[in-house]
This record gives sequence, C-alpha cells and structure tokens, in this order.
Amino acid sequence: MSAEAPTATEIRPFQVDVPGEALDDLRRRLAAVRRPTKELVDDRSQGVQLATIEALVAYWTSEYDFGRVEERLNALPQFKTEIDGVEIHFIHVKSAHENALPLIVTHGWPGSVIEQLDIIGPLTDPTSHGGSAEDAFDVVVPSLPGYGFSAEPGDLGWDLGRCARAWAELMRSLGYTRYVAQGGDVGAGVTDAMGRLGPEGLVGIHTNLLVPALNNPAALPASTEQERAALAAIKTFQTSGNGYFVEQSTRPQTIGYALLDSPVALAAWIADHDTDAYYKIASAFVDDKPSGNLTRDHLLDNITLYWLTGTGASAARSYWEAYGPDAPGAKQQPPPDVRIPVAFTTFPGEIWRTPRSWVEASYPDVSYFNEVDKGGHFAAWEEPELFSQELRAAFRSLRDGRSA
Amino acid sequence: MSTTTETAIGIRPFEVEISDEKIEELRSRIEATRWPTKELVDDWSQGVRLSLLQGLARYWTNTYDFGRIEARLNALPQFTSEIDGLEIHFIHARSVHEGALPLIITHGWPGSVLEMTEVIGPLTDPTSHGGTAEDAFHVVIPSIPGYGFSQAPTEAGWDSARIAGAWAELMTRLGYTHYVAQGGDQGAGVTDAMGRLAPDGLAGVHFNFLDAVPKELLMAALNIRLAFSHDDRDQLSKVLATIMRGYIAEMGEHPQTIGYSLMDSPIGLAAWMLDHDADSYEKISRAFLDGEATGGLTRDTVLDNITLYWLTGTGASTSRLYWETGRAGTASIKNPPPHVKLPVAYTVFPDELFQAPRHWVKNAYHNLIYYNEAEKGGHFAAWEQPEIFAAELRAAFKTLRNGSGS
Repeated sequence: MSAEAPTATEIRPFQVDVPGEALDDLRRRLAAVRRPTKELVDDRSQGVQLATIEALVAYWTSEYDFGRVEERLNALPQFKTEIDGVEIHFIHVKSAHENALPLIVTHGWPGSVIEQLDIIGPLTDPTSHGGSAEDAFDVVVPSLPGYGFSAEPGDLGWDLGRCARAWAELMRSLGYTRYVAQGGDVGAGVTDAMGRLGPEGLVGIHTNLLVPALNNPAALPASTEQERAALAAIKTFQTSGNGYFVEQSTRPQTIGYALLDSPVALAAWIADHDTDAYYKIASAFVDDKPSGNLTRDHLLDNITLYWLTGTGASAARSYWEAYGPDAPGAKQQPPPDVRIPVAFTTFPGEIWRTPRSWVEASYPDVSYFNEVDKGGHFAAWEEPELFSQELRAAFRSLRDGRSA
Repeated sequence: MSTTTETAIGIRPFEVEISDEKIEELRSRIEATRWPTKELVDDWSQGVRLSLLQGLARYWTNTYDFGRIEARLNALPQFTSEIDGLEIHFIHARSVHEGALPLIITHGWPGSVLEMTEVIGPLTDPTSHGGTAEDAFHVVIPSIPGYGFSQAPTEAGWDSARIAGAWAELMTRLGYTHYVAQGGDQGAGVTDAMGRLAPDGLAGVHFNFLDAVPKELLMAALNIRLAFSHDDRDQLSKVLATIMRGYIAEMGEHPQTIGYSLMDSPIGLAAWMLDHDADSYEKISRAFLDGEATGGLTRDTVLDNITLYWLTGTGASTSRLYWETGRAGTASIKNPPPHVKLPVAYTVFPDELFQAPRHWVKNAYHNLIYYNEAEKGGHFAAWEQPEIFAAELRAAFKTLRNGSGS
C-alpha cells in the first residue's frame, strides 16, 4: 500500500494501434464458437439468453467494424503517465471556454472509457449542445488500472482508495488546482473514496450509484415505500444476479481464464450485469431497438476493447481488491466521512432507485439531488445528453471562476 | 414434475464413441489458449493459479492419452434407457455372488460416473479386494441428466426430487426389489431426495456429504437460544464458507452465462472445475506440478473427467442443476419435503469441506444406523480412496442385507 501521495511521471500523448493479427485471431475465435443449448426459461432468470448471444455474435462477426475502437479513441486527445508504478491511460479534453470547471470522470465494470465518450462533447462544448459557456468543463477520463489501455497492477493493494490517490495525483500533475469528480458503479467507489480522501483541489463529487448503500443497506432508513422498494431491489440483485460479483471479488483468476480465451464467454459475462441493462442489451441485438445510446456498435466497442486489451482477469481483480475478503484493503479501518459537497442523480433503471433520504443519510453535505426520468446503470453511456445536463446542474454551485 | 410409471421401455447397451475430429479440435483449442497474466498472490486466494493450469495444459496436449475415456468406460457394461422423457446413461455391473445387494451411486459436480469407476471392482468382486462374498453389491452408476452421456433436460424442473424419481424407476426397471442408494455432493442431494421419496424397494441410504445441513442446521444456527460448542461453530463457519462460493452463486443464479465459457474454452472449463474446494485443489495441484498424486486423483483421471465434460459439451447443462437445486431449496422452505424415515448411514471423510458431527447427521436423519470417520479422503472420496470408500459401504449396509436382492 502506498499511503503517501504518489507522483506522476511525464505525460505522453498516446494513440491506440491494434495489430491486424489480433483482429484476425478474434475473428477466428468467433467463427469457431461452440454454443451451449438454449436456456430452459423464457427470461433472464438463467442468465444471458442464447438468442441474445447468437445475435451478438452474428453482428460482431458479419457487420461490426473492428476498426471502430481505434478510430473513436484516436479521435480524442489521449495520454499516458505512470502513477504509483502503473501506467495510466486517460483522455483529456480541454474546453475552449475560459473558466471551464475541471472534472475527472471514472468508468466502472464492465465498462471502460467507451462509456464516457459521448458526454465529452456536451461537457466541453456546451454551447453546441444546448448549454451555455458557463456550463463548460475540462474533462479527464482515465482508464482504471487493469482496464483498457492502462497497465495492470503488478502488486497487491490497488483498491478504491489507492485509485483515488492516483486520480488526485493525475489532476495535480495536469495543473488543476480546483476540480470536481464523478463516477458510477466502480467509478462511484473511486469517486466516493476521493471524497473521503479529500485531496487539495477537490471541491465536490457527483455519483450516480450510492456506494454506502451497497456496503451496508441495513443501515439506511426503511420507513417510506420508496425506501423499502430500494431495499427490496438491492436484495433481489444480491440473491438472483450477483454471481459475477461474488466470483470476481473472490476468484478473479478462475473466471479470468475464460474471459481471456473466449470472446463469447467475455461477451456473456459483460452482458450479464443487471436486469435493466441486460434487457436493453438484448433488445439492441435481438430486435435492433437500442435504448438511447446503448447501440450494438457501442456495446461491441466496449466488449472488443476488453478483448483486444486482454483485460478480463485484471479487471476482475479490481473487485477482489475493492470488495474481496482476502484483499489487503479488507483489513483496513473504514475511511472517514466525505466532508466536501456531494451531488447525486437517481436514474430510474439503476439496480435500485436511490431515495433522497439515503443520500442525506450517507453524506453530511448533500449539495444536489435529482431523480431523472430515463437511463439506467450505464447512465452516461445510455443517455449522454441527460447525463451531461445533470452534471451541469449538479456542479453549478461549485463554480467560482477560479478554476485552472 | 413427473409421476410416471413407465413400463416396457427398453434398456439398450451403450458404447462411447469419440471422433478423432473432436479430439483434434480440443487439442487445437488448448494450444491456442490466450492466457491471463499471473495472479498477484502466492496461494489460491485469487482462484486457480496460472502455474497449475499451464502445467495441466502441457500435460493435456503433450502426454495425456485422449483415448482413455473411451477405453475406461467401454471396459464397463454401459446402457441407456429413456426415463421420464430423457435418455439416461448408466453403468450396470453385476456381481457374480448370489445375494449381492443392489446399490445405486450418484456422482456430483464437477464430477461424473468417472468418479466411481474404481469402486466397482471392490464392490462387485469383494473377494478379490479384501472382502468376503457376503459383501458383494450389484452396482448401478447413472449419469445425472445433463451430465456426461445422459441427455440434458429440455425443460425446467429436473431437480433432485425428479432425479430421485427417475432413479427409483431405473432400479425397478432393472428388476431390483430391495436395494440401497449412495451419494456425495449433488449425489447426496439426489440420494437424500430418494430417502424422502422412499420408493418401494429402497432399504437404506449412505452419504459422504451432509446435504441436509444448509437447510435445517443453519436455521438452528440462527436460533440464539441454542448453545453451540466450539467445534460446532468451527464446522458451521465451514458450511457457510461452502455456500458463499462464486461458482455456487453463478451456477445457482445464471448457469447459462457461465455456460458460454464452459462450452467455448477448454481452459476456462478446466479452471472452473478445479476451483471446487481447497483440499482437492491442493491435491490436484500436487499431482500436476509435483507429479505426486493423492490416491486415485491422478493427472490422468483428473483430465479424464474434464475431457468428458468438454467432449460431451455439458458445461451449461451441468450448471443448470445448481439453478434447479436453488429453486427447489427456496420452494422447500414453504413446503418442506417429508422426513427421511429409512435407515441412514454416514461416513465422514477427514478432508471433506466440513466434518459433520454425529449429532448433526442424527438431527437431519433420525434413523441413523451407521456413522464412521474414515482415516483419509476428501470431497471426491470414491475417486480418491476407492478401497476405503468401498469398505465403508460394506460396513454401512451390512445390516440392510436380507438376501432378497434380485
């Protein structure tokens, strides 16, 4: 563990370069897929349905443009820098507007920076996306260690707190002295940890997943109908759809073999996150009816990125570090409360609908709460415009014109 | 659920036949494995270690004889018969001794009939294995639906109770009117269900795993008025650790999802199968990395079992049994099945996931006629220690012989 603040090395521009033979190998494996028989139910209750996987594999093989990942990422300014021994990949887009507020956005699992690509325009260039110049952000979107084009940790201890310290150092090394942070899923864990760490310059956070609710739902109020419904939704998730969570937080290496060796295994594992996202993914592939921005191409961009970077095992290990009973972090004292302002948006399709009371019970200084009318677990990915509007509203009160 | 009383349905001899093409395909997949980086720990706490799987892959492609499964199984009398709509594969080895006691043994996950093949000799031919003619059994070893060469269910509902009904029908069809049943792991669940079903002819059951623990004892564990001894607490925490496992959560909730991995990647399949319990993992690891096998758990036999799963393409269908077991378990909280009134025998193997004390077994099965702690063996007791296992069955069922077994 590195409790001291790490220092970043020189920041270098980065471009994705996927060798043709990696794509040929992927195509060969997809052509040779050995499928199981069909599930015995008519819904998601036995996992990812065969029809979904068959449609996904058919599209991946016949229609998907394998150059997309390279093209989409290389259209953005990407960089690498080594922090705390790990090479960190990040996208960094500065707004043309003066006094833009610097923002670091952290993706989750089974996501990547691909989730965030379409919020970069609305956030950095608000005047082209229905906002005003006062809404502008400078945006930093890093890949978590072990994900995408960041390197894999070579040692133990890369838990949420260590990622949070690395992000604080990243923002410092970019010259930002006053910034905000945002995240959902694992990214919410990192952002929550940044809030608890309270590094100099961090003036507020926004999350779209209430981390304390996942840690200890029993500690939250349960008197209103909304609160009871949220508790019930957490329980349903924990008893009928969190096999991936248990496996990754205890046996990341075991599942890692299939995720590295079989693209269809990887696709199924990634598609099996939560009920709402699953049915949206199924609808995109089987009926070609995407929900918002969760299109076949965008979904395959993310899966293809995991495949080409070979990060199935290393990404799974981040659960072992963050949530596993054997991780070094499991023996540490719980971190202190978040003392800076916290903003929160409830998206209706999220695993549970977080009530305002839960946010207030979790954080002493709640500066913003809103419940929007669409979007699910992958909110930034699915509804980038709405998500960007939320960030503008959430951080409005934290702008003071003094940002870098 | 089926309550069929099918009759006059044929029993057909069966031989395993594996095409060279399938073996070549498997070999080329193993050779093309894309490996993850090494785990970041020096033990198995992140899962199956890279060194073990790479050792296994090397042996699988360079040394292992892919004809072994065919040779081992075809050396035994195998049959299939359609029961309750599914073609069931089974080994049926009759003893030459008169008055042999018919016995049906059920394997578990991640096992198969290959776990049991080495107990057949000692059980059917005891005089060649340190026993007497009075110890003889006729042995029936079926493949659970969805496992090995049995057909996979095409509808939901094939839980332990339905399998138990099919096994009773199988024994009836074989003409057995007085028989006993045995099982560990998922086989203990099926055998427990047979005990509750108590079909005509079933005279008693033997377990080497206490399937009844999770339901009844864990409920008792929640009762704060019950004082547990230190040893009880120790064992209870082992039981809890048994249940809180990734593979159980995943196969119990989403067997189809993990099924894609198990069907498409032989190394993914091998990793998933080896990640069962710490003791068998250690033993298998020593077999591959140090060439030191523990009893029958040799490199070859471990690979026989994994290769069987691969060649039969049963990764998803075997996983679905956990989904069925989970559903049935939830349903049984509302509608508990009847108690087991039949005689029950139990053997504790010292390296099993937990060592059920006698009073736990007695609590679950009131008519406990035999309880013993064996000197060695783990979760795959029949596989690892076939002679000890066979000796246990002889002792366990001694009082249930009455000479009327057909």
